[in-house]
Amino acid sequence: MIAETGLAALWLAAALALLQLMLAAGGLWSARPGRADRQDRASVAAAAQLMGGVRPVAVVQGLLAALSFALLILVFVRSDMSVLLVATNSHSMKPLIYKIAGAWGNHEGSMLLWVTILSLAGGAIAILERRLAERTLVATLGAQALIALGFYAFLLFASNPFARVSPAPVDGNGLNPLLQDPGLAFHPPTLYFGYVGLSVAFSFAVGALVTRDVGAAFARAMRPWVLGAWVFLTIGITAGSYWAYYELGWGGWWFWDPVENASLMPWLAATALLHSVTVLATRDGLRAWTVMLAVVAFSMSMIGTFLVRSGILTSVHAFAVDPTRGSFILALLVLYIGGALALFGARIGTVKQGSTFEPISREGGLVLNNLLLSVILGIVLIGTLYPILAQAMGTQLSVGPPFFNKTIVPITLLLMIGIAVGPMIRWRRDDGQALLNRVTIPLAVAVFTAAAFFVFAWGAGAFAILGLGLAAGLAVASVAPLWKRNLRRTPLFTWGMVIAHLGVAVSIAGMASERAFTIEKLVAARVGDAFWVGPYRVEMRGIRPAIGPNWSAIEAALSVRRGQGDPFWMHPQSRYFSDPPTNTSEADILTAADGQLYTVIGQPDGQGRWQLRLWWKPWVTLIWAGGGLIGFGGLLSLIGRVRRERKAPRREALA
Amino acid sequence: MNRRLLIWLPFAVFVGLAGLVLYGLYRPDNTVVRSALVGKPLPEFRLAPIAPGKPGLAAADMKGGVRLLNVFGSWCIPCIAEAPQLMALKNRGVEIDAIAIRDTGPAVQRFLTENGDPYARVGDDPRSQVQLSLGSSGVPETFVIDAEGRIAHQHVGPINANEVDDILKAIEDAK
Repeated sequence: MIAETGLAALWLAAALALLQLMLAAGGLWSARPGRADRQDRASVAAAAQLMGGVRPVAVVQGLLAALSFALLILVFVRSDMSVLLVATNSHSMKPLIYKIAGAWGNHEGSMLLWVTILSLAGGAIAILERRLAERTLVATLGAQALIALGFYAFLLFASNPFARVSPAPVDGNGLNPLLQDPGLAFHPPTLYFGYVGLSVAFSFAVGALVTRDVGAAFARAMRPWVLGAWVFLTIGITAGSYWAYYELGWGGWWFWDPVENASLMPWLAATALLHSVTVLATRDGLRAWTVMLAVVAFSMSMIGTFLVRSGILTSVHAFAVDPTRGSFILALLVLYIGGALALFGARIGTVKQGSTFEPISREGGLVLNNLLLSVILGIVLIGTLYPILAQAMGTQLSVGPPFFNKTIVPITLLLMIGIAVGPMIRWRRDDGQALLNRVTIPLAVAVFTAAAFFVFAWGAGAFAILGLGLAAGLAVASVAPLWKRNLRRTPLFTWGMVIAHLGVAVSIAGMASERAFTIEKLVAARVGDAFWVGPYRVEMRGIRPAIGPNWSAIEAALSVRRGQGDPFWMHPQSRYFSDPPTNTSEADILTAADGQLYTVIGQPDGQGRWQLRLWWKPWVTLIWAGGGLIGFGGLLSLIGRVRRERKAPRREALA
Repeated sequence: MNRRLLIWLPFAVFVGLAGLVLYGLYRPDNTVVRSALVGKPLPEFRLAPIAPGKPGLAAADMKGGVRLLNVFGSWCIPCIAEAPQLMALKNRGVEIDAIAIRDTGPAVQRFLTENGDPYARVGDDPRSQVQLSLGSSGVPETFVIDAEGRIAHQHVGPINANEVDDILKAIEDAK
């Protein structure tokens, strides 16, 4: 019964989404500007009534979708194997947390999670947003309903998560062991919050295009959603990168694989949007560009989801199994993205030009930032899709890290200069000479650091040295906006910007250092052998079996010692999961103040020796610490902005 | 005018992108990894016997007359699906040799008893080394070897019932 109730809730939510769309369209149609001019009072009243229904319907629709998802989790928690999805993705012996996570660790469940967050976001806009013109808000909620409707239809017609299986199997197939990790259990929902937050920005953009109401108020309404989505994406990407680093056992933290790119592209677009929306909110400039970015950002999340979910890139056969799903999502994509871009083309010409500005100004800096981010986005997109394009031309190839590293690293270094200098420029217009004076200190720090690395560690490579130098300069420059300011009166969003920019410097310092100074050892070790890796002496003391709740493992006992310090134990494992049968490497990672020692045990050679992989990665933790700082900065900004927005009406009322 | 074009540019780019993805969606089956050795002589190899009562396989055995080289494993389900087609080919007079990948004698014996035995020789490739040197990336795969011991044709995946004629044609072409 639980599954059927969940399905019923899903159908009802879909029906309400349709109603929401019709109310919004009907209301906007009968209140369109041409008609209101004729003072047709009855139709204006009817329009108001129709539009008045939109908010409550949006709220109830969100609640129904949430109910449906909660019931799906319940089915997983109870291990109801008569539900096909549970049988194929769960196992009664799994720890509870992974039963819950199993609800979204599969295609159908993750799509339901997606649409649930989407409709909850719609409900939240309906409740929270009071400052935007009512017509634009109604159009926004209409757009939100249209998006939700497509995904409801997809769930109901092409991937029903509540489908039963008869006869019910005795037990389930289990969840991919790689996914049985707390980090990953919460990684997809975090990214989904980000993606869906961008859907709100998209809906705002569509709403504003429909009513031709692109301006500062629209930007201010959109900004918290963009910020929130961006924070989630940042955290999601950072956590995903760390997960890949410690769980896959390859010692790398970013692989430029399509799944990672799928999350990076919306983040890049959202980062650009975040900065352009600030120009629109503060200076009423960059109107068309901001709307465009809002459309692009969500398009990137949808394309990313499509690419990952369809398997079009990684394994084409996943699609051949069920081409209806792929075609369905592709049809939705074409409808939404194509529709929005066509609306953009038709309407943006009639949106009035916003304010203009001088090239040397804060706006100019932000435009430069936007351009560089867009170029990076374009490169990632091309690199991700090029294999499909090449396939269309009849050749097979894959685009790997060398391409991305060669193209993106130089642009990122340029972007760092932009991040350092941008916040020091005044709005509207600034003096080039005065600006140069302001950047002297960070520039000196950057040059000095780079020179020091060049002299003392010049084998590190040009990009790494430049990266480290620029990171140092950026770290100094990023706190410059706080100079000579009363720190207690500095607005929270300025703190947010400072911390986020500092996070970029920290993260890039980590990347450059990892790239330049990592020491790797691959050895065949007998019990009793000892090896040096970086400052550590690692001695293999034994090999023994280990048992966990649903796995068994071979575990190495490594005695590790740094200099004259106390020795301690590390235990990398090679785990075997029986449901489904899979081997994973559990790296044992030691985090020191200045880096990480990363140990992995591989295969035996049959003569008493075991493969050991040892890495010393100086300052590698800075990569994720920086990611965390960026996310935290975004969060502070969000709180600061929301607080100010809530104060603003009161101030207006007092004035 | 320029601005109008610029405004519609994103739409145009997206339409192109959608077309590309649509293409990827409906022409999915080109993940097969082609061997770089098609048209070239077989690499040298000499494999021990694995099936009781059957000789092993060496590259030198593959000369003189067009024949098939089937790469299979008793543990491989598509290989079972392919077995009737191989039997049909054998009954039409095609000589078939095989390489058993990562297998054991008893398992191969059972496989041949249950699914029919089309093979003249079966070589034992316990670590896939010969398979990789042939440029074969999975099981089953079938190579058409011409009279000079060159790889004339590579068939990736199981030979389905409707593909028997393709194989026969490839054999004809190799003569």
